[in-house]
Amino acid sequence: MNIREMVEVLNGKILVQNHNPDEELPRGGAADLMSDVLAFGSEGMVLLTGLTNPQVVRTAEMAGVNVIVFVRDKTPPPETLELARDSCISLVRTSYTMYEACGRLYQAGLPGRGPVKIENNSW
Amino acid sequence: MKIIPGDMSTQEITKVQELIYTTRVESVMAPNVIAIDPSSSMGQVKDLMRDKHISGAPVVKGKQVIGIVTIRDVIRSMEEGKLDFLVTDLMTTDVRTVSKDSMVTDVVKNLGQQGFSRLPVVDQNGDLVGIVTAGTLIRSLLKQMDKSFQRNEAEKLYTYRASHIFQDISSDDTSLLLRFFVNERDFDNAGKASSLIKRSLQRLMLRPQIVRRVGVAVYEAEMNLVIHTDIGGEITVEVRKDRVNISTVDHGPGIGDLKQVLQPGFSTAPEWIRDMGFGAGMGLANIRRVSDVMKLTSAPGEGTRLEIVFNFQNESLDNM
Repeated sequence: MNIREMVEVLNGKILVQNHNPDEELPRGGAADLMSDVLAFGSEGMVLLTGLTNPQVVRTAEMAGVNVIVFVRDKTPPPETLELARDSCISLVRTSYTMYEACGRLYQAGLPGRGPVKIENNSW
Repeated sequence: MKIIPGDMSTQEITKVQELIYTTRVESVMAPNVIAIDPSSSMGQVKDLMRDKHISGAPVVKGKQVIGIVTIRDVIRSMEEGKLDFLVTDLMTTDVRTVSKDSMVTDVVKNLGQQGFSRLPVVDQNGDLVGIVTAGTLIRSLLKQMDKSFQRNEAEKLYTYRASHIFQDISSDDTSLLLRFFVNERDFDNAGKASSLIKRSLQRLMLRPQIVRRVGVAVYEAEMNLVIHTDIGGEITVEVRKDRVNISTVDHGPGIGDLKQVLQPGFSTAPEWIRDMGFGAGMGLANIRRVSDVMKLTSAPGEGTRLEIVFNFQNESLDNM
């Protein structure tokens, strides 16, 4: 699935575009805990979250996440948008809830990371 | 895969193979297909091929491909005096199509081994959306190779100077020291130091996996300084040939029970910090998980010192 198809599946709106819409997304993940993102985030992953503060963008940058989707039609504050522009992160908004947004993407073929063991030290 | 001329270097062939396996058919097809209506005569097909300079085209009913007609069929109809026959009488009905979402490998397999010279491209409903021939394929792959070549060169130029510090500056033991000052409760700038550290390590051409691990650890450590200290702290990153040493030092309240804070899930963060997505008690656990060595020293009233080490094992900076 590429970014354009992901946005279509979510009836989403691109708020900040830093990536080619044809770019492939290897997998998706969802979290409201930033430590979880750091623990299971992987290179190129799309992150679905209900948080909109600038720290989400920082966390994404550290975890190698390129695209963040804000669920429930949350509009991030200007600081978040600005930081995303500077950090080369793309932002998308969807009116679906976290549950439904994840379900739609998974059903459309975007895989997750599979079972994750927190004590697993393999990176 | 025999579409590559013989004199390319191994590296270039690998690049082409990579492109073939990762590029979708949609991006190598010609989207404006000249399609033929089933009611056309072979004579009309002949005129169309002459006017449009094409040697074959799909025959399309609605949006579905029902056959394919080539210049060979036209020649045959001329030889046999069948120019007034309907195209549907002489076209090939055994059409191999390819999905726009499949990878270019599928095209290469069909074009090369099966002897097809053009493949109609269809979407998930089977509707015709484009056509791919050896020509459209080679043109778009060459274009993409050129693009990725230019990108690689630009990246190399950008990272060249920084990564050569270990060759250019000579001493018995050279290291690069980066120091950052982190303010308590300054959420507007929280993570800025980690972001700069990550970018610096990228410029130094450390392996992406190492950069990622360091990024995760230093970010968790930076957030600890922001959240838990009352006078901020300092992050020091020492980049050496064979490892990265990170230490964060603060003169904050200190930690009473070191065993307890290392328990995954243990947190003293207030509710409003948790609302921001932090303070889940996973910070130190995450740091320990991604690092090779983690050492935490603290006492109440005496501040806290966290030391983290990442080894590059056999991969030192100069063979990168």
